[in-house]
Amino acid sequence: MKLEVAITKRLGALELDVEFSAEAPVLGLFGRSGSGKTSVVNAIAGLLKPDSGRVVVDGEVLFDSARGINLAPEKRCIGYVFQDALLFPHLSVRHNLLYGAPRGGGGAIGFEAAVELLGLAALLERRPLALSGGEKQRVAIGRALLSQPRLLLMDEPLASLDNQRRMEILRYIERLRNELKQPVVYVSHAVGEITRLADHVVLMNEGSVLAHGPVQQIFNRADLRPHTGRYEGGALIEAEAVAHDARYFLTRFRFDGGELVAPGIDTPLGARVRIRIRSRDVSIATVMPQGISIRNVLAGNVTEIADNGGAIVEVSVRLGTIDVPARISRQARYELAIEPGSRVFLLIKAIAFDKRSVGFAAS
Amino acid sequence: MAIRDNHAMLSAEEISIILLSLKVAAASVIFSLPLALAAALLLARTQFRGKTLVDALIHLPLVLPPVVIGYFLLLAFGRQGLLGGFFERVFGLVFAFRWTGAALAAGIMGFPLMVRAIRLGLEAIDPRLEAAARTLGAGRWRVLASVTLPLALPGIIMGALLAFARSLGEFGATITFVSNIPGETQTLPLAIYNLTQSPGGDSAILKLCAISVLLSVAALVVSEWLNRRSRGPGASTLA
Repeated sequence: MKLEVAITKRLGALELDVEFSAEAPVLGLFGRSGSGKTSVVNAIAGLLKPDSGRVVVDGEVLFDSARGINLAPEKRCIGYVFQDALLFPHLSVRHNLLYGAPRGGGGAIGFEAAVELLGLAALLERRPLALSGGEKQRVAIGRALLSQPRLLLMDEPLASLDNQRRMEILRYIERLRNELKQPVVYVSHAVGEITRLADHVVLMNEGSVLAHGPVQQIFNRADLRPHTGRYEGGALIEAEAVAHDARYFLTRFRFDGGELVAPGIDTPLGARVRIRIRSRDVSIATVMPQGISIRNVLAGNVTEIADNGGAIVEVSVRLGTIDVPARISRQARYELAIEPGSRVFLLIKAIAFDKRSVGFAAS
Repeated sequence: MAIRDNHAMLSAEEISIILLSLKVAAASVIFSLPLALAAALLLARTQFRGKTLVDALIHLPLVLPPVVIGYFLLLAFGRQGLLGGFFERVFGLVFAFRWTGAALAAGIMGFPLMVRAIRLGLEAIDPRLEAAARTLGAGRWRVLASVTLPLALPGIIMGALLAFARSLGEFGATITFVSNIPGETQTLPLAIYNLTQSPGGDSAILKLCAISVLLSVAALVVSEWLNRRSRGPGASTLA
C-alpha cells in the first residue's frame, strides 16, 4: 500500500500541516493526543475536508484541492475503525457486519471467514448494547473489513479498553496483517502498539510531521526520544527466535548485537520479532557481574551520554547496529566513571520483556 | 339536569363527530409528517443563512393566538385566497369550510410540536454513526434511510403523537378558518363548545369530554407500543 498525504487544515488553534509519503503494509501514525493524528485519518477517509493539498492511495487521487477533486467517503473504499467502535445500535451484530459488505458476497474476505478470524460466531444475533468493549471493537473491525477496503484506518482502537482486552485485540490486528495482508494505517499514542504493529512510522507533533521512516529507525533515534516516549522510551530491535527452553519457559532471540532471553512466547523458531527494550529497564556494570539473577548481560561501548544535570542520565551503548539507551542515575555515572567510549555491560532482566514489548514483525 | 335514556350509548351523531375528529387528526399528521421531517433535518443537520428565521417561522403557530392563524388561513386558503385558488385550480382541492381545511389548520398548529420532537430525536444521534456508515460505502440517502431515520424513530413517533393529540384538541384556528359545520368541520372540541352554548347539555358534554380523554390516552398507549417495538426485543425503553 502506498499512501501520499500532503494537506493543510486550520482546526481552531491547531494548524495542521502534514506531508508524508509511505509504502508499507502497516503505517503507524504516532504522537501525543492533540497532535492532529485523528484529523489526518479523517482527511484520508473523506470525513474532513482539508483546506488544501492532496491525498493519494495506491496512485488513485482521493483529494486534490488544486484539481478540485474530493471523493465522497463512500466512494473511497477506505475502512475505518473508530476508537469507540460506533456500531449501529439498532442493528444486530450480523447486520452491523453486513452493512458495508458488497451485495451477493465476493471480495477478499467472506462473511464466514471474518466471523471465524475475529471469533464472532457466538455474538451474531446480539445487539451492540449487550456487548463488552472488546467484543464491540472486534465487531467494528469485522464490519470495516467486510466492506473490502483497500486500506483500513484504525484510530486508537484499543484506547477505551482495559489491558487484557488490549492484548486480545492486538493479536487479532496482527492476524489481519499477517494472514490477510490487509493494509492498515494505525493511529496510537502508545509506543507498544506502534512498535508491535507498524512497519513504517509517521511521528506527529502539534499538527505537523516531525519525522517518518521505518519503525526501528524512528524509535532508535536519540534526537526523537522526547517524542517517542519518556517513560516508555528505549530501543527497538529486530530479532529471530532461535531456541525455546521448555523447562523454564524461556525463549532465546538472536539479533545483530548478541542474544536475548525473554519469557517464552508462542512463536515458531526462525520467526522475526520486534523487541522493545525500555531504557529504564537497562542497568550498567563496568565489570562482568558474578552471581546475578539478571539473564541478559551484553557488552558494548558507550557512544553518547545525555546529561542535563538532573538526577537521571541516559547512556547509549552500541550493540551491533543500534544504540541501546540505559537510564541510570547521574551519581552512578560519575561513581563508575562512565564516559563516551567506555566498555560496559548492559544488564537487562529477562522478565523486563512482557507481551507488550515483544511482537511479531510482519513477515 | 336532563337525564337521557341512552346516556351510556353513543348516538349516530356522536359517532360521526368522533370519526370526523379522528379523520382530521390522522390526515393532519400524515400530511405534515414528511414536511416536519424535512424541516427537522434542515434545522438539525445543516447550517445556512436565515436558519434562525426559518426556525422562528416554524414556531409561529406555537406562540401566536390560534385565532390569528385561523384568520391568516382564511385569507390565504379561502377560495379567493392566493393559495386556496391555486390548490383548487391545480389539485381540485378546496379547504374553505371543508374537513380538509380543519385538517390543514390542525396540521399547522401541530407542526412546531412535531418538528421539535423530531429535531430532538435527530440531535440525539451521534453524527459519527452517519460518518461510519459512509466509510462503509453508504451514500447520503442510504445513510438517511438505514441509520438516521431508524435511530430518530422514537423522536418521530413522539412528534406524531404530540401533533395527533394537538389536532384532536385544535379549536381556535379551526373555528375561525372553517367555521363549526356539523358533519363537515365540527370536531370534538367544536361540538363540546356548541353544547355549552345551549342549556341542558351537561351529560352530553361530559360524554364527549370522556371520549376526548379516552382518545388521548389511546394515542399515548399506541405510541408507547410503537416505541417499544421500534427499539427491538430486549432493548430498554429508556433513551
